[in-house]
Parts: sequence; structure tokens; C-alpha cells
Amino acid sequence: MPAYYLEIALVVLGLVLLLAETFTAPGSKRLVGLAALAAVTVVFLLLLTVKPHGLSSDGIWRFYSDDKLALFYKGLALVTTAGVLILSLDYAPVLAKFSARAGGGPAIGEFYCLPLFVCTGMMWMASAIDLSTIFLSLELTTIGFYILVAYMRRNVGSLEAGVKYLILGALSTGFLVYGFTWLYGVTGQVTLSGIANALPSAPKAPALFAFALILVALSFKVAAVPFHLWVPDVYQGAPTPITAFLSVGSKAAGFAVAGRLLEPFLAAEQLRGTTSALLMAVAAATLVLGNLAAIPQSNFKRLLGYSSIAHAGFLLLALGANTAVGSLSPRMIVAYYLAGYLFMSLTAFAVLVVINRTDSADDLKAFNGLHQRSRFLAFAITVAAASLAGVPLTAGFTGKFLAFSAAAGAHQWALLAIAAAAASAGFYYYFKVLRHVFWNRPAEGAAPITVPPLTRLLVVALITGTFAAGILFQPFVNLLR
Amino acid sequence: MAFGLPARPAALAAACANLAIGLLLAFRFDYGNASAFQFAAVRPVLDNPAIGLNVGIDGMSLVMVLLTVLVTFAAIWIRPARGTDDALYYASSLLIAAGAAGAFVSTDLLFFYAFHELALIPTFLMIGMRGSGNNKDAAWKITIYLGLGSLVLLAGLAFLITAPAGGVSTFDMTKLGALTRTIEGPVQERIYLVLLLGFGTLVSLFPFHSWAAPAYAAAPAPVSMLHAGVLKKFGLYGLLRVAIPMLPLGHSAEWIQHLLIVLLVGNILFVGLVTIAQKEVDTMLGNSSVMHMGYIFLGIASGSAIGYSGAVLLMFAHGVSIALLFALSASIREKTGTLQFHRLGGLAQSAPFLGLAFGMAAFASIGLPGFANFAAEINIFFSGFASKSPDHFGWLQTGTVLALWGVVISAVYMLRAFRAVFKGPLPDALKSPVSDLTLSERIPALLLLAALLLTGFAPNLLLRAVNPVVQAITAAAAR
Repeated sequence: MPAYYLEIALVVLGLVLLLAETFTAPGSKRLVGLAALAAVTVVFLLLLTVKPHGLSSDGIWRFYSDDKLALFYKGLALVTTAGVLILSLDYAPVLAKFSARAGGGPAIGEFYCLPLFVCTGMMWMASAIDLSTIFLSLELTTIGFYILVAYMRRNVGSLEAGVKYLILGALSTGFLVYGFTWLYGVTGQVTLSGIANALPSAPKAPALFAFALILVALSFKVAAVPFHLWVPDVYQGAPTPITAFLSVGSKAAGFAVAGRLLEPFLAAEQLRGTTSALLMAVAAATLVLGNLAAIPQSNFKRLLGYSSIAHAGFLLLALGANTAVGSLSPRMIVAYYLAGYLFMSLTAFAVLVVINRTDSADDLKAFNGLHQRSRFLAFAITVAAASLAGVPLTAGFTGKFLAFSAAAGAHQWALLAIAAAAASAGFYYYFKVLRHVFWNRPAEGAAPITVPPLTRLLVVALITGTFAAGILFQPFVNLLR
Repeated sequence: MAFGLPARPAALAAACANLAIGLLLAFRFDYGNASAFQFAAVRPVLDNPAIGLNVGIDGMSLVMVLLTVLVTFAAIWIRPARGTDDALYYASSLLIAAGAAGAFVSTDLLFFYAFHELALIPTFLMIGMRGSGNNKDAAWKITIYLGLGSLVLLAGLAFLITAPAGGVSTFDMTKLGALTRTIEGPVQERIYLVLLLGFGTLVSLFPFHSWAAPAYAAAPAPVSMLHAGVLKKFGLYGLLRVAIPMLPLGHSAEWIQHLLIVLLVGNILFVGLVTIAQKEVDTMLGNSSVMHMGYIFLGIASGSAIGYSGAVLLMFAHGVSIALLFALSASIREKTGTLQFHRLGGLAQSAPFLGLAFGMAAFASIGLPGFANFAAEINIFFSGFASKSPDHFGWLQTGTVLALWGVVISAVYMLRAFRAVFKGPLPDALKSPVSDLTLSERIPALLLLAALLLTGFAPNLLLRAVNPVVQAITAAAAR
């Protein structure tokens, strides 16, 4: 089966579901969520049957790649979406409260359908090798997010987040398109392979200008400094499952595109130096700012927002170093890192969503004495925090170590020092969460927390993934190489 | 606890099994071939670069493993002072021990590093949840310091594996040495410096030592025992296992030698004087454990086989003696409610065994003959005077002379502590006579004391395992 059937299948299933949702009774919207989950599962199973098409680059294969990295990122997008849907089912009470129709009941059916379209966009982004498809897939993802972020329309924070995301997202799209026009202008090509052939002999200054514009746009998508300002507010305001979606899915898809788009620039002899230096500068600023700003945060979602910025810094470090570690190319390192990030970040959000079922605060105080309320959640958040901080034998460490090694291989000593300092700041703010979980007492009258079975399954799977990617590298590397 | 077993029996069973395996390894070990990794098991986890969950034990790791199993057994055996969550308490202690043991048996650089950091979270949780005094600040301090130290180390290891010509190819320590020894001298020196700072922070090398004493004072007894006794040795073991054999030119560079000697004299004299000024048993022990690291560094700085084997032996001896002291001080705190010198006194009258055990551990710590510490220190001091030519008196010899004064300092604070706690009249606050250790409480103390005396009278029990390894290190450096 060719890979593009996956996107088609998912869009069709999404449309069917959207239609079916209209005819579902208000009390049984949960069924829509379960159906969406089933749809994602089906497409994931289809992904396993995909056969590479070979080397031809005619017809659709001019726009669409089905190489291993593309399939890997598609898998990440599907797993993320499945996780987000499970969390959305748990989040339904909060969602219902803030999305009520003016005269009637809650409107949460569409909330389960839209992630399918966003996921389609992300999967397409992973395969896009042409400026037009890159743009289209990116917009498909972003427009879905505009709705989802502002979904809780009776909540001021959610609306504020929606507006911020809309305006800054539109702005970044503008930069991207402008960059694309310059890129087309200097190369006369719209396919990435054509651009890669033309860039080495293209005029240098306009090519770098195009690169700078594209870098600005991508920095918005992956939350890199100085275009990160939307992150904390949007993360805080958006419904928690959507925050997780943004943090994991959107970032992964953004880096999938960034890896492809930046590769021609990093490969061209005349541009390599400046490109790499610019990326490193952005990485350094992102590492410093993301980690320092995370330290004083007392809201869990804002904390994870800054943490997401900090992780973008490590990812850019690997990308900008442009040096392979053994047989692992920079783009593979980034993909590996993002798989680990999926496991650990989604675990952290899952814990918050389960806590929010009884207590809607997303302050760190909500974690007080968690180990007395639920051993399972305490263990999960411990693993997540350890992995996010980069404690070895977890996925987060492997990613960081590979990024460090790439930087060392590129002789980026100063940047490596910055990264080490930044990572040690991470120990502080991630362990701050553990302090609330283990050191502090639960609030008066806080009852034990029960974890819904589906979420428990998800969290167990994510924790398993966190350890697997931290100890057994080969299975993941085989998917990449 | 897992499978519904009560926490303490389950943890004790694990610690006993651990001890049995450790002793079995020591009996089955082929001492004629001690410089090779024995009981090796290889489990590749990545082909290129080659990474594997590889384990193996040579003479040096054997000594460290024995230290780990002994201290772990004692740390699990002593009863927790107070608190609610015993399952978490024992699980954390065992995790710290597992991290140390894993690091000592790993022959793959990545997992060698990884296992050590396994202890970071349990340490943080235990000091914060079950510690005493200013425990929360101490928990933060140790976590940030060790986190930063390990990241510096990680950066150094990243340098090390990427520096050989041809880029990263393997993390296997048995193969990596041949590659890294070809790195040019100046680059080796730079990498070595980063590794020294990283490993040094983890061992509380002066001036990166300020995390240690407050953390050990505040931590619950098993954490102090395992951390000061076992886990901290990881940095020294790492120098001997990774930095020195893989970067011989870095280790022998003159400026690095001088730097190391200055810092280790700082450990011995500066921290030694700080230790004298302490007014409580636990902070005194914490500082003394920092101070004694200076001697081990001196053995390492000597660059000779005898110095290295003295260093390994002292790692063992110090680990056992400091663990014993921390265990006994926890008993004192439990029985009297305080560890301040001026509120204690005369305990030996009603608790003679406690006094005897503390006294012997203190003597061991000072380095009195008959205890393993003496055998180790004498090796180190001899190595300090060994020099290229008979009339040469350089940095190393100066450092050794200064370090010898540390023995006097040790005697001053240890004997003062012994007098303050066990001799003299009972203070009024301690109305009822303090009970002695029960039979169950004596078991870990007797075990550790026996280990100290046995290896003190027959250091060759350990040295026959260590010597071939350190000779291989110096031989590789000479090549």
C-alpha cells in the first residue's frame, strides 16, 4: 500500500466521523471520541503495512516522500493523536463546563473529530518535499489548532490563547511564504531536491535571506527563541490535551519539516557556515532562555511550556551541529529525541489531566502529596520528570546525549558548555515538581485518585516507551535507518 | 512493596542475596587473571556506534563490588528512624545501591555513566522526605551540584568519544582505550581536565565539595552510608577506569598534575581544619569524608602502580569505615535525640559496645595500623615520595608532606568527637542511661568492623586483585 493512502484514509474517516457526530445524542459524545481513537488505531495498523514505493519521482512522488523518517514521523503523529484523544476523553468534564452552548448542553463532539485532521496535516508534513505541499500541510495542522486551542469558549484564558496563537501563527505563515518566494527566486525550483541541486551555485546573499525568513517561521512552529513568546500563554490557556498535542505533535512535525527544509542549506558548501552558525545562535538563545525562564514557574502547564522551549534548544543543537554520531545523522538524532519527548511529555500531561478530573487547578500545588493519593501517578510523574531532566536510562537522556555528542563532534565547545549549564538548570525545575509530589503533604480532604483504565494503559505504554528508548536503542534506530 | 511483601523483609532479602552474590564472585574470581574482565556478559543495544549493556568484573571492580554489597547490607539492615513510607524508603536505598553496583560492573562507557545517575532521584527524595535538620536545602544542593557535575562529566565523555580520528565508533571500554590513546597530547589534556572537573565534583574535590557535608549530615542513615561510602567512589573509580588509562598524556601533563595536587591539598588541609571546627557528629563525619578523598586523589596523582592500588584500597577502607560511623551516629541520634557534642557525653558508661565500635571505626578512619585504612594510606604515602630521581623534591613530594599533616588533623577531630560523645559525665539532659546496641543492631557494625580488620591485617586479600589492574594501567600509559 502506498503511504499517501494513510492521509486519505484519515481524512475520510474524519469527515465520516464529523457527519456521524451530528446524529449522536448529546449524552453519548464519548462514543465519538472512542470512534476517533479507533480510526487512529486503524490508520496506525495500516502504517505497518506500507511498502516503500522505490526510487521513482514521478507523479505524486515529486511532492511526497515515503522514506523511513517520513514513516517514523507519521507513526509519532498517530501515537500522539491517540494519546491526545484518550486524554480528551478524561478531560470531557472540564471541556463540557467551558464549552456550553448559549441555551443548551455542552458541545464537545467536534473536539474529538478535529484532532484527526490535525494529525493528517502532521503526517503530510512528514512527507512533504515540495514547497507547496509543505505550506499546505502546515496550514492544515495550524488551522485545526486554531479551533482546538480556543475550544473552551466560556474560558477567558482559552480564548486569549486562541487569539495569540492565531495572530502569531498567521504572522509566521507570512514569513514562511515570503521565505519560500525568495527561495524560489534564487533557485527557480519548488521541489526540495531541485533546490538542493541549485543552492550550491545560487547567489549567496538572497539565499541566506530566504534561509533567515524560513528560520523565523520555523522558530515559531518549534518554539525557539526569540519567537517563543506565544508558548507559555497558549500552553496555559489551551485545553490540557491540546497543550500536549501542541507540545508533542506540533513540535515533532515542525522539526520533521525543519530537517528537510534546512538540509539543502546545510549541505551547500557556500552556505553551510552561516547557516550552521545562525542555527547555533538560535539554539544557544533557546537553551538559555527556555531553561532560565522555567525556573520560577509555579504553573505546571507554563513550566512545561518553557520546558518545551528548552527541548527545542537541544534539538536545534543536534540539527545545527550537522555532524553524525556513528551511523546516526543529525535528522535521525532529532527524530529519536522527539520520540522520547513524545513518551515523557505526554506522560506528564496525562498525569495533569487525571488530577484535573477532581481539581481543575493546574498549579504545581495540585501535585502536593500526590504519592499518598496515587502511587501510580506519582511513579509516572517521577519517570516523566526524570526523563525530561535527562536522567540516564530514560529516553530523555539518550536524546540529550546524542545531541551533546553531535555538538562535541562539531567542536562546538562553547555551545556544549551552555547546553550543560542549561540541562543542569533543568534538574532544578523538573525536580521541583517531584518536591510537590513527595515532600509536601496533600491538601486537606484530598481524596485518593483513581486512574481510568484507558488512561492507565496509555501511561503504562508511555512509561515503557520512556525506558525502552533509554535502554534499548536498536529497535528505534532500525525504524530510522 | 512488590507482590505484597512487607517492605523490610523484601529489602533485606534483596540485600542478603546481593551480599551472597558479591561474596560468591570474590570466591569464584580468577586472581591469576585479575586484569581481565571476568564473568563478562555482553548485550549489544546498538550496532553503530557500538553500545552495549556490557558487564564484567576485573580486580578493581571486584573490590568496589565487595564494598557495595557490604555497605548495602548494613544500610538496609539498620532500622529506619521514623516516617511513614517504608516501601519508598527501602526502594530508594536499594536503587542507590543498584546505581553504584551497576556503574562498577559496567564495561560500556554509556551505561557506566548511566547507572551512576540512577541514584540521583532516590537521593533527592530520601533526603527531602526522611532527612533531618536543614534537609530540604541540603537535598537541593546535592541534586544541583551532582547534576551539574554529571553534566560536565557527560560533556567530557562526549569529547572523549568524538575525539578519536574517524569519529564515534564504540562505547566499549575495552576497545575505546586503544582509540583514545592516539589522540594528540594537548587535546588529551583538555579532555582530561573536563573529566577531572566532572568526576571531581562527584567526589567532592576541593573546591567543589560544599554539597557533601550538609547532605550527609541531613540525609537518613542509609543514604549517607551508601552515598559517602559507595556512590561517591564512582568519581575516583572513573578516573582510574576511564580518564587515566584512556588519556595517559592528559594525566601525566605537568600542569594538570600541579592543579590536582593543589586541589587535593585543599581537600586535606582546608576541609580538615573545617572539620575540626564542627560541633556535631554528623557534620563532622560529612566533612571528614570530604577530607579523606584528598588522600585517594594523592594516590591517583602519584601516577604509580603502588599509588593507584593504595587509592583503590583506601576507597574500600574509607567506604566501610565511614558507613560504619554514619550507622553508629544514627544510633546515637535515635537513643539521645541529638548529635551535638555539648549535649552528649559519657555514653560509653551504659553503652560500651556502641563506644567500642565507634572508637574502632574512628581509629580506622584516622588510619591506625591494623585497619585497612592504614594499609592503604601507607601505600599512598610511599607512592608520594617515589620520584623520578632520588634527590628530586617536587610538587608531589611537597603535597605528600602537607597531606601527612592531615593524619594529625584526623586524629584531633576524631578523638575529640569520641571524648565528647562517650567519655566524661552524662549531661543532665540525658537523665535515663542510654541503652546499648541490641544484638540485631550489632550485626551490621560487626560485619563492617570485621571487613576493616580482615583487610587491615591481610590487605593482600584485596591487593592481589587490584595490583594486576593498576600495573596494566601504568603499563599502558608507559607505551
